[in-house]
Amino acid sequence: MTAEAATTEGSASAVVGRSEWAIVWERLRRKKLAMISLVVIAVIYGSGLFASVLAPYSYTEQNLDRPTEGIGADHWLGTDRLGRDLLSRAMYSARTTLIVTVAVVLSGSLLIGNTLGLIAGYRGGWIDNAIMRVGDIFSSLPGLPMLILINAAFAPRVTEWVRDIEDRTPLTGLVSSGFASYLIVFAALSLFSWVGTARVIRAQVLQLREREFIMAAESLGASRRRIVFRHLLPGVSFLIILQVSTGLGAVAGSEIVLSWFGVGVQPPAASFGAMLFEGSGARTFQAHPNLLLVPGIIVTLLLFSFALLGDALNDAVRGR
Amino acid sequence: MGAYVVRRLFWLPIILLVVSFATFAIARFGPGDPISVAAGQIRDDEIVAQIRADRGLDGNIFEQYQDWLFKAVRGDFGESFQQRGFTISEIIFPKMWVSAQLGMIALVIVFGLGIPFGLIAARANGTWIDPFVIGTLLFLQAIPVLVLIPPLLWLFAVQFDLLPVGGWDGLFDIWLIGGVIAIPIPDPHLYIPLVAFTLPGFAGIARLTRITALEVQQEDYIRTARAKGLPESSVALRHVLPNSLLPLVTVIAFALAGIVEGAFFVETLLGIPGIGRFTFQAVTSRDYDAILATTVIFAAIFVLMNLAADLVYGVIDPRIRVGVSRQ
Repeated sequence: MTAEAATTEGSASAVVGRSEWAIVWERLRRKKLAMISLVVIAVIYGSGLFASVLAPYSYTEQNLDRPTEGIGADHWLGTDRLGRDLLSRAMYSARTTLIVTVAVVLSGSLLIGNTLGLIAGYRGGWIDNAIMRVGDIFSSLPGLPMLILINAAFAPRVTEWVRDIEDRTPLTGLVSSGFASYLIVFAALSLFSWVGTARVIRAQVLQLREREFIMAAESLGASRRRIVFRHLLPGVSFLIILQVSTGLGAVAGSEIVLSWFGVGVQPPAASFGAMLFEGSGARTFQAHPNLLLVPGIIVTLLLFSFALLGDALNDAVRGR
Repeated sequence: MGAYVVRRLFWLPIILLVVSFATFAIARFGPGDPISVAAGQIRDDEIVAQIRADRGLDGNIFEQYQDWLFKAVRGDFGESFQQRGFTISEIIFPKMWVSAQLGMIALVIVFGLGIPFGLIAARANGTWIDPFVIGTLLFLQAIPVLVLIPPLLWLFAVQFDLLPVGGWDGLFDIWLIGGVIAIPIPDPHLYIPLVAFTLPGFAGIARLTRITALEVQQEDYIRTARAKGLPESSVALRHVLPNSLLPLVTVIAFALAGIVEGAFFVETLLGIPGIGRFTFQAVTSRDYDAILATTVIFAAIFVLMNLAADLVYGVIDPRIRVGVSRQ
C-alpha cells in the first residue's frame, strides 16, 4: 500500500514533470532532522572511506611509551592501551562499519531478499511455500547466539582457506588485513538479513500481481522475468529503500556486537566493537573515559541517525 | 481457526528439528573438536576412542544427531565439558530461572512505561511534546547497552557507591527499620540491569502505541462516541485505549527477543549468573554441548512465543483468521 500511495501521488504530479523519486527527495529535504542525520552518516562513512588519507596515524602504529593518554595536541582523542591513536582507530573502525554494512545490505537485503520476495510473491505455490518456510526457520533461530556460533566455528577454517588462496595466487596480505574475518561476518549477517525484506516484498507483490497492468503484461505474452523485473520491481522500489535504511542500522549494530564478543572482525583490523570492549569496565571508565566515549559516542550518533533517517524516509515515501 | 492452529502446530516440530540439526552441524564443524578438549593434553588413542564412545561421538553426523536428539527430548543435554561432573541441565535450569525473573520484570516495565509514553505522545500530537517524547526514546534506543553500562556502573557503583558493582542476590532485599520492622524491597543488584534491559525497549512500544492510537482516533466509532456526548475521558479510556493496545500483543515476542539478546551483554558485563553469561562463557571455552543446548532452548522459546502471539492475535482480531482461511 505504501508504494501504491506513492505511485498514485506520483502520477498525479506527473503533469509537472517530476519523477516520484524527486518528489520523495523534495519531501525529505524539508525535514531538518533527516538532513542532519544524513550529514552525520555522511561524515562517519566519509571518514571511513577516506581513512587511509585522512587518519593522522596508522591504525596499527603502537607507541608503548604513551599509552592511555587523554585528549591532547598530537593525539586529538587520546591513545589506547598500546599507544595507538584513538582518532585513527575510530576512522578505521568506521571503514569496517562501512564495508560490512554496505556489503551485507547489498547482498542479503537487496539481492537475496528482493529476489526471493519477488519470486515467492509472483510465482506462489510450492516455490512460495518453500521460500517462506525457510524464512520462518531463519527468523525463529535465535539470531545472536547463532551468529556467535557460526563465527566461532567457521573463522579458523575460512582463515585457512584464505591463506591457501594467498599461497596459490599472487595476492598477498589478505590474512594479515583480516580479510577472512570480514568475509565470515559478511556471510553470517547476510544469511540472517534477507528474511525481513523477502517478507515485505512478497506481501506487496501479492497485491500488485492482481492489478490490471500485470494482467495486461501477461496477456501480451511478457515473460516471467520481464514481468518480475520490469513491472513488479518498480512497484516495490520504495519498500526496498525503506528496508535498506533500516537494514543499515541493524547490520552496523550486529557487527559491533560480534566484534565485542571477539568473534567478529579480528585484530589488528579496527572495529568499534573491539574498541568498546577495551573501554568497558567501571574502573577503566573512571581512569580513561575516552577509551569508551570515543567509540561509544560515534556509534550512538550513527545508530541514532540511521533511526531518524529511516523514520523520515518512511514518512516521505508515505506522502507526509 | 482450528485449521490455522493445527497448521501452525504442525510446523512447530519441523522447525525445531531443522534448527537443532543446523546448530548441531555447525557446532560439530567448529575447530577444537570436543574430543581433544575432553582428552586434555595427553592423547592416548585408546582413551580418545573411549571418550568418543562415551559421548556418543562415534558414527557419522546423522547418527550422532539422532543419538543427541533422543536424549535431548528427555531433557538430557549431556555433560558439561566446562564443569566436569555436572550435567548441562543441572547447570542451565537454575541459570535460566535467574534470567527469566529478570527478563519478565524487564518486560513488564517496558510495556508498563512504554504504553503511557506512547499515549502521551499521541494525545500531544501536533505539539512539541510528541516529537520530543518519541525523539528522546529513540535516542535511548540508539545507545548500545555496551556503551551504557560502564558509565552507569561508574556513576552509581564507583563514584557514589549507591549500588553494587554487579552480581545477583535474588529479587528481594530486607530493609530493617530500627532493627524491628522488616520491609521487603527490590534487591539493589536489580537496578542497573533493569535500566540496561528496559531503556532500549521503550521506543518500540511507545511508537507502536502512538501510531495505533492516532489511527484509532480517526475511526468512525470514536466519532460516534464523541457525537453521542461521552466525556473526553471516557472516550480516551473506554474506546481509544483498548483498541490501541491490540497490535501490542504481536510485539511481545519481539520485545522478549530483544531482552534475551540484551541478556548476553547485561549479564556478562554485570556478572549475573544467568543463561546469557553462561552462553558467553560456553562460546569462549568451546563448550559445544552447552552452546547446542542453549541455542536449541532459545529457539524453542522463540518459536513458541511467536506461535502464542499469532494465536492470541487471531483470537483478538477476527480479521486475521478470515484472511488465513481465504488463502
